[in-house]
Amino acid sequence: MTRLAVLLVSALFAVNAWAAGVTVSGAWIRHLPAGVPAGGFFTLHNQSKHAIVLVGASSPDYATVMLHQTVERGGTSKMMPVHRIEVPTGGAVTFRPGAYHLMLMHAKHEIKVGSKIPVTLMLFDGAKVTAQFEVRGPTAR
Amino acid sequence: MLTPRLTRRLATLAACAALAACSNKIQWRTDNIDGLMPTLEFHMTDDAGKTVTAQAYRGKIVLLYFGYTNCPDTCPTTLAKLAQALKHTKNHGAGMQVLFVTVDPKRDSISHMHAYVRSFGPWFVGLVGTPDELLELTKRYRVTYSYGKPDKDGNYEVTHSSAVFVFDGSGHARLIMVPHDSAEAITADLDQLAAQAGG
Repeated sequence: MTRLAVLLVSALFAVNAWAAGVTVSGAWIRHLPAGVPAGGFFTLHNQSKHAIVLVGASSPDYATVMLHQTVERGGTSKMMPVHRIEVPTGGAVTFRPGAYHLMLMHAKHEIKVGSKIPVTLMLFDGAKVTAQFEVRGPTAR
Repeated sequence: MLTPRLTRRLATLAACAALAACSNKIQWRTDNIDGLMPTLEFHMTDDAGKTVTAQAYRGKIVLLYFGYTNCPDTCPTTLAKLAQALKHTKNHGAGMQVLFVTVDPKRDSISHMHAYVRSFGPWFVGLVGTPDELLELTKRYRVTYSYGKPDKDGNYEVTHSSAVFVFDGSGHARLIMVPHDSAEAITADLDQLAAQAGG
């Protein structure tokens, strides 16, 4: 019985692996009209004792969320999917317009400017961190 | 010996020299391309469904930018910066127009473009062309664009030139603005361009 209890508790911890020491600040979504993809921006702070690797994101309000990066080269702009971003211990990574950004696609309902949308950032070891992203309009900077 | 008369004469000469120097030294904070690119010409459909040529915009300062609405970052970032720049010009953007030309006419219908551009402000017009019309305009300004591979849901990215081309009221290409130019620099140059036109 005790062994079962230990197993259950361990399983619970594995499923709800919230990342300790990893925080998010300045989170916002740039909402655009006509159902086109929205942009997500934030800073991820790693105050844990080891390096972390950001590998993905999700939100209950969008069908797909991808990590992307804007690359300016030779006068052209290219936006590319990114599969992993390493953040060393004590470091941070900022997603901002013109650089790393979340691409949030196919909103499941009408998104209102001024509302807050939860977005979960996923780390390599299965840990996650969820933050409330403030929805702003197209001309927000 | 420095007589009052001589001093006055020297002062006048110095003032003339300074004035002459000032009038020849117009400083631009973005890139001056005066004389380097052809006059603004095109044949497209605007986001109200009307056929338009560049003639419709003579007399206005035109900012020409190429992009697409499914663009997650570069296009809205640039359009938002232009909106801020125009808002802060001396005449609040009066007499200025941003023409946003889609390089993705397959997905960007006229009504789609209309909803998109008007969300950035009153100075924005969307332009949609046939493949030939788009090719002619992009070739004219050496603008490139290419389509990425569609994913399993059919979504694809479009890589495209990121410059904004600025034309004066006569349709002459005058400035190129690039991603690292700040909204403040853009406002300053637009105000200067407007002042040259006597606006």
